[in-house]
Amino acid sequence: MKPLLEVADLTLHFGGVKALTDVSFAVREKEFLCLIGPNGAGKTTLLKSILGIVQPQQAEIRLAGRSITHLPTHRRIRLGLALTHQIVRPFTCMTVRDNVALAAGHQRLQRVLGALVHLDRRSERAKAAAFLERVGIGDYMDHPVAGLPLGVLKRLEVARALALSPRLLLLDEPLAGLNHVEAGRLADTVAEINQGGMTVVMIEHNLSEVLRVAQRLVVLDNGAKIAEGDPRQVLLMPTVQAAYLGEETDIAAD
Amino acid sequence: MGIYEISLATVVGINVILALGLNLITGFCGQISLGHAAFYGIGAYTTALAAQSGVPGLVSLAAAMFAAAAIGVVVGLASLRVRHDFLAITTMGVGFLFLGIVRQEDRWLGGELGISAIPAFGLSKPGYLLFVLLLALLTAMLSGYINRSWMGFAFEAVADDEDTARVVGVDVAAYKLAAFSLGTALAGLAGGLYAYFTRFIVPDDFGFITSISILSMVAVGGIGSTTGVILGAGLLTLMPEFFRFISDYKLLVYGVLLFAVMRFAPEGLAGVGRSWLARWRLGRRAP
Ligand SMILES: Nc1ncnc2c1ncn2[C@@H]1O[C@H](COP(=O)(O)OP(=O)(O)OP(=O)(O)O)[C@@H](O)[C@H]1O
Ligand SMILES: [Mg+2]
Repeated sequence: MKPLLEVADLTLHFGGVKALTDVSFAVREKEFLCLIGPNGAGKTTLLKSILGIVQPQQAEIRLAGRSITHLPTHRRIRLGLALTHQIVRPFTCMTVRDNVALAAGHQRLQRVLGALVHLDRRSERAKAAAFLERVGIGDYMDHPVAGLPLGVLKRLEVARALALSPRLLLLDEPLAGLNHVEAGRLADTVAEINQGGMTVVMIEHNLSEVLRVAQRLVVLDNGAKIAEGDPRQVLLMPTVQAAYLGEETDIAAD
Repeated sequence: MGIYEISLATVVGINVILALGLNLITGFCGQISLGHAAFYGIGAYTTALAAQSGVPGLVSLAAAMFAAAAIGVVVGLASLRVRHDFLAITTMGVGFLFLGIVRQEDRWLGGELGISAIPAFGLSKPGYLLFVLLLALLTAMLSGYINRSWMGFAFEAVADDEDTARVVGVDVAAYKLAAFSLGTALAGLAGGLYAYFTRFIVPDDFGFITSISILSMVAVGGIGSTTGVILGAGLLTLMPEFFRFISDYKLLVYGVLLFAVMRFAPEGLAGVGRSWLARWRLGRRAP
């Protein structure tokens, strides 16, 4: 079967900082893939390049066989990508519900004049309510976003991404900032959604949650892919263990 | 109503259209503009020239809207390339560029002397007032409608956080251009109405002070609030009439006013009104 997402030879540097070097990987249809690696490995940058939020110097990115390398972000969203940010970025002047309702109605926004003839927000607000319940923050529905705790905002990011009904959901550390119970619950919810047929890529530091939900792992270190495959096997690889102990340079030199 | 009151009310109507146009760009879509008077001027000059060459009134007003919006889209396109803080400088530059051109061009635009003897619109003074107020009402209704539509929802998102808007699939550039073209078309309409009203225009009518006055109307009324901006436009148009000294120190007074609003009541009259209303309701609920 053709992979849903293919990333080939992605290289990106910020001025002198090489964030990613020749990274290639693929995401299979309907799988749950976890992306791990130490701090500063380039995980966030990789997801942001897939969305076109940052521009790689070199890359070929395909979604369901179609090249999206040069498309602007909003077009990639319309083709079925969605991303949650590691550092939350809600619409701060809207209520929690409207943050999600806007995403739920993103198809109404495709043509500017089309958007002008639509007034009704009820069905999108109802959908938004369902997504908010699903990630466990239904109680905050009508709150303004300003001043809400991080744990709520992290789940708001997830609800907003789900509201786009994506084919491929990219999650950047959605569990960070949640307590143990909330994190476990959210991980279960994402796993359920994945079983419902949505392909998921998740960046996560909490390895016990990763082992619980991931079907496959990709490991980044220092901007390069150092391993991929079955989660348990990958975590036992010496290169991966070394990277997590912060000895990656020694091993690479060997 | 005497002639004086009729004139004053007509100017209020024109300024309401002008300020609601800027509110679309700055209030709804979050794009600052310090050069709105340029589009007002483009509308006025277009109408003046069209009227002088015998074009009927309604057609020349339409031409004014079209010309202003066309240049508005060009400025909008330029604005896509600059970040927020720089947009203020860019739009201010557009204002000065416009002024420079109309001052220099004396073959068609009359240079410093402007254009005089603009033909009449063909309505009596009270009739023209009603016409302007009708257009102001339509503009207010359009404004309210846009705010409730999904276009308004997208504007809200762009004003709030452009990057997040992109991530939920909003074509930020397209919405900014829409805001610019609608807002500048309204400025063009206001300019056309002004040209038919005074029948005599000079470059200084459309200078930096005018841009700042329009921005003050929006800010004092309450950025993004249609009702607030209408009140702001009325208040700031009438104030200099009652306190003559203001006209002599317009830039100073409006500068202080803008600063005071931003510092003490960032949501303008609309915000003050909302909090009074909330307090009043609370007071009634208490035993
Ligand atoms: N906008 C930027 N400008 C300059 N350097 C950047 C920028 N964004 C990221 N970097 C650098 O690129 C490298 C990769 O950063 P990235 O955020 O992708 O890492 P990460 O794997 O997500 O780390 P973490 O686990 O801490 O989230 C880091 O060295 C970081 O400092
Ligand atoms: Mg990161």
